[in-house]
Amino acid sequence: MSATQVQQTDEKPQFYLTEDHHPENSTMLGFWLYLMSDCLIFAVLFATHGVLGRNYAAGPSPADLFDLNIVAINTAMLLLSSITYGFAMLQMERNAKMETLVWLGITGVFGAIFLALELYEFYHLIHEGAGPTRSAFLSSFFTLVGTHGLHVTFGIIWLITLMVQVGRHGLIPENRRRLMCLSMFWHFLDVIWIGVFSFVYLLGVIG
Amino acid sequence: MSPNHESAADTHHAHSHGHDAGHGSFKGYMTGFILSVILTAIPFWLVMAGVLDSKLLTAVIVMGIGVVQIVVHMVYFLHMNPRSEGGWTMMALIFTLIIVGIALAGSLWVMHHLNQNMMPMTHEMMKNMP
Repeated sequence: MSATQVQQTDEKPQFYLTEDHHPENSTMLGFWLYLMSDCLIFAVLFATHGVLGRNYAAGPSPADLFDLNIVAINTAMLLLSSITYGFAMLQMERNAKMETLVWLGITGVFGAIFLALELYEFYHLIHEGAGPTRSAFLSSFFTLVGTHGLHVTFGIIWLITLMVQVGRHGLIPENRRRLMCLSMFWHFLDVIWIGVFSFVYLLGVIG
Repeated sequence: MSPNHESAADTHHAHSHGHDAGHGSFKGYMTGFILSVILTAIPFWLVMAGVLDSKLLTAVIVMGIGVVQIVVHMVYFLHMNPRSEGGWTMMALIFTLIIVGIALAGSLWVMHHLNQNMMPMTHEMMKNMP
């Protein structure tokens, strides 16, 4: 009886790829899918800003409000934090725990400076009476840039958590996996920031 | 599953360790960084120094360089390539890009004439609005 069954299964056509690539660790793919869904959130916020970004309600325009020097410094901070995180990953490859921690710390400092400058800018805008309630342009601006800032905040919290973990348990496979995920998250935030400074700040100031 | 099948899967598994994606080199990171610095400096310089007279041309260049820089970051920092995870990361990325393209282009297109049917209003009326 079993012989006939085998015979039958052998004759059945196979509708799936037998030599499909099974990624040995699906965490990276799963995290990438999370990033893509995050990308959709930002796409919607960018679209909102694209639609509402010219509705000033007789209020201040981007050219009146934005100080491009601060934005340039902010961009430099995020770019530097990206490369220092890359160095941390290279040290992780070399199994150098102390160097990894140092580079992660430097990354965190750059991230914190970025956040401080952004908060200063927000405070300055609200103090000038250009808060999120002033016009549709400012509502969408604060939502988009604020969401990015919130991501950076959580990235820094995650970074500090991982520094503690690495300090306690060393560069074990679990911590390596977590560091890889945060690496993707951090570089992804930098990619979003390229969109923010090009589309919101520079195009806004051009008018 | 027959024993024969399992051993085939095992050898395949061992083979797939060869091209582990997500690891960069010092050279790769530095290349990406230098390219990003250049690609960031150009649009800021164009806008802050007001190099070009045409606003439209400046806007097009700024957005174009932005797209190039995003690709640079994807390749050198996020280590995107068509082979990582058996091509699924690239598939997810392409899918997302299509959705993003539809959402952005569609929103801007549909909402282009948002203010067309509004009552004409002077600057003073606008200022005295509640």
